[in-house]
Amino acid sequence: MPEATFRIKRHNPEKLDDQNGTGDDRYDDFTVPYESSLTVLEGLFYIQENLDGSLSFRYCCRAAVCGSCAMYINGTYRLACQTNVRHLDDGPITVEPMPHMPVVKDLVCDMTDFFAKYETVMPHIIRNSAPPEKEIIQSPEDRKKLDMPVDCILCGSCYSSCPSVWGEGNYLGPAALLKAYRFEVDSRDEARKERLPRFDNERGSYRCHTITNCVEACPKELNPTEAIQWLKGAAVRRRLLGRAK
Amino acid sequence: MIYHELVIVGGGLAGLRAAIEAKKQGIDVAIVSQVWPGRSHSGAAQGGVNAALANHPDSADDTWEKHAFDTVKGSDYLADQDAVAQMTKDAIPVIYELDHAGCPFSRFDDGRIAQRPFGGAGYPRTCYGADKTGHYMLHTMVEQAIEAGVPMYVEWFVARLVVDEGVCRGVVAYDMVGGTFELFQAEAVVIATGGAGRVYSNSTNAIISTGYGMAMAYHAGVALKDLEFVQFHPTGLLTTNILMSEGARGEGGYLLNGLGERFMQKYAPKAMELAPRDITSRSIQTEINEGRGIDGKGYVYLDLRHLGAPKILEKLPGIRDLAIHFEGVDPIEEPIPIVPSQHYSMGGIDTDMDGRTSMPGLYAAGECACVSVHGANRLGGNSLLETVVFGRRTGAAAAQYIDGLEDLGGSAAAGEEALADVRDRVRNLANREGGEDPYAIRAAMTSTMKEHFGVFREASVMQAGLDKMLDLKVRVKEAELRHAGGVFNLDMIRTFELEGMVDVALGIAAGALARTESRGSHSRTDFPDRDDANWLKHTLAFYQTDGGPRLEAKAVGLGMFEPQERKY
Repeated sequence: MPEATFRIKRHNPEKLDDQNGTGDDRYDDFTVPYESSLTVLEGLFYIQENLDGSLSFRYCCRAAVCGSCAMYINGTYRLACQTNVRHLDDGPITVEPMPHMPVVKDLVCDMTDFFAKYETVMPHIIRNSAPPEKEIIQSPEDRKKLDMPVDCILCGSCYSSCPSVWGEGNYLGPAALLKAYRFEVDSRDEARKERLPRFDNERGSYRCHTITNCVEACPKELNPTEAIQWLKGAAVRRRLLGRAK
Repeated sequence: MIYHELVIVGGGLAGLRAAIEAKKQGIDVAIVSQVWPGRSHSGAAQGGVNAALANHPDSADDTWEKHAFDTVKGSDYLADQDAVAQMTKDAIPVIYELDHAGCPFSRFDDGRIAQRPFGGAGYPRTCYGADKTGHYMLHTMVEQAIEAGVPMYVEWFVARLVVDEGVCRGVVAYDMVGGTFELFQAEAVVIATGGAGRVYSNSTNAIISTGYGMAMAYHAGVALKDLEFVQFHPTGLLTTNILMSEGARGEGGYLLNGLGERFMQKYAPKAMELAPRDITSRSIQTEINEGRGIDGKGYVYLDLRHLGAPKILEKLPGIRDLAIHFEGVDPIEEPIPIVPSQHYSMGGIDTDMDGRTSMPGLYAAGECACVSVHGANRLGGNSLLETVVFGRRTGAAAAQYIDGLEDLGGSAAAGEEALADVRDRVRNLANREGGEDPYAIRAAMTSTMKEHFGVFREASVMQAGLDKMLDLKVRVKEAELRHAGGVFNLDMIRTFELEGMVDVALGIAAGALARTESRGSHSRTDFPDRDDANWLKHTLAFYQTDGGPRLEAKAVGLGMFEPQERKY
């Protein structure tokens, strides 16, 4: 039976008061046997059930749609559920929480700021006219503009990977701006000035310096960088030309 | 102590929709959820949501009555027909409401919401957003709840209800990040925690779909209804049981056996691959059992290759990604190996059409509830529908109940007692050295349910399974916690869940053994026919501390459609 070694970064908030005050930060190695197939998430469950009940990590759908289990695996942003160990390099599998974010415990990072910023951009449709009796007509071409942004699962990989976020704690980051884009390009959205000031500023779209780490980090292969450039253009057009949208 | 007038346990589609409705009616409502609501299992739904919009060229004369008929026939006549009528009528405005809220449904050329054919439906009435409809609906609903200003307690695991003299007055929950148990006092509680798929080892469900919410109501004396009806989805991925949407067959996908035959011809010559799920799963299982799986093994193929790359990429991109990532198969190039997999709990907390349970102040909506609109077999596309229709109705009913109360506030004593009880439970688990391994019990339970209460059932096999479950119920009371207290303690959450799962699983087992007929998903080789004379009735299971449940019968709501033989 093949085996995989998991090298897991540990952090325990209850040990922050200890002598060295680091939260007992360390790497623990675990050996996980498996038959033919093993995802990193399955490996984490094996460890939690059999080797160390105190291990903490997020999980839910195990099918790459809920966005819970984004982690830093062998130095790459990945969904643990979607990562099969047979696709990783030989040797120990290093599993760490997403970097540049505060850690709650072990592989669980603190997403408070991430979701607070998401809420900042008015992540919902804005309508000013009365709703029609039936659906709002939307052409397939207009609908197609939504294909990319609506696939976002808000896992946080892009946000954690963005150097502009690391340097400026107030920067909204790629996920929140992608959400703003998702509504700004929706033909059914009637926002005029409501959402614009939320991203058209130095903590919004202009803080993106097109480093494109987010594109590389995204496990759904989305392109927040491109969306943010669109937001910059849309804001300028609206200011200079006075266009509604 | 935290106080809200209404506490909603679970932040999936049903819980969110209930919260939004209550908020609209001026109620102080909060959601308490084990995960950030946008991560709920509703988001894993793929194929679509049914409503007789009549947008499809082939469905111009579709009506809610026809949708109701298909649903009742699909349920093998066990659904309550008044509830089905309400759901199929409400379906139409509910879909428009979702569209107005920004849900990115796919579109026909004329700009109207696109619809596709689905199993057991007389018309193409399944509205969809590619093959990610649940994800789109869930995110839309989260956005609406945020806009409405619904407070959300995210990553709080609800451990038990607070019941004060027979009235539900709150919950006790574990703050996973804070690491403490807290009391939520409330005037009413809505349970919206989803299904119990994870009591089976071969489920399509999310890992958090443990049925723990059902178990909380059950332990508080509320009946669980029709638990024996467990849906097996025809097409779960072979290795992981991850769902391959019915939309794949709605778009024209074939099911092929080891001989390369479209074997559904033998079982449902008219509907073919779009027969209802119970029939399709039995057909697949029969092919496998009779040695006509692929290479004689335990699976068949879902073949999409003839649809061509453009259609697969446009209509089924999510299916393709899942097949590539989790099975190593690109459906454009190769057929997908699939097996019937546990998918949905038709049964659940016994409620009326407004989510009311037998306990004042306690409501339930979504998969954890059983209204019943699905009866013995749910049609694809009706579960997303159920969440929004009955989420809304339940939120409204709970709001009305709270408005009618004379004394608000409840009794602090009952809450403190419940909180102390939960803390004792943790202490007992943690102090039990040399006790049972909870994960060994969990593994034994999930494999017992798979092996003994699967697609085909028979008395002696089920009796053996029931005996094993009764033994596990004794063992789970001796379970030992390896890691007590603290922050984000999965060991504690999963051991709590296990206690509930064993009781729900036992309810499935007892109901299945007692029902001596075949109806919908409950298919007995020793009683192959439906028996309307004796069994056109719901099963109610009541929790008992020792052993299995006490079972009672409850009448089915008929009146619109006379029970007939189901043919497709």
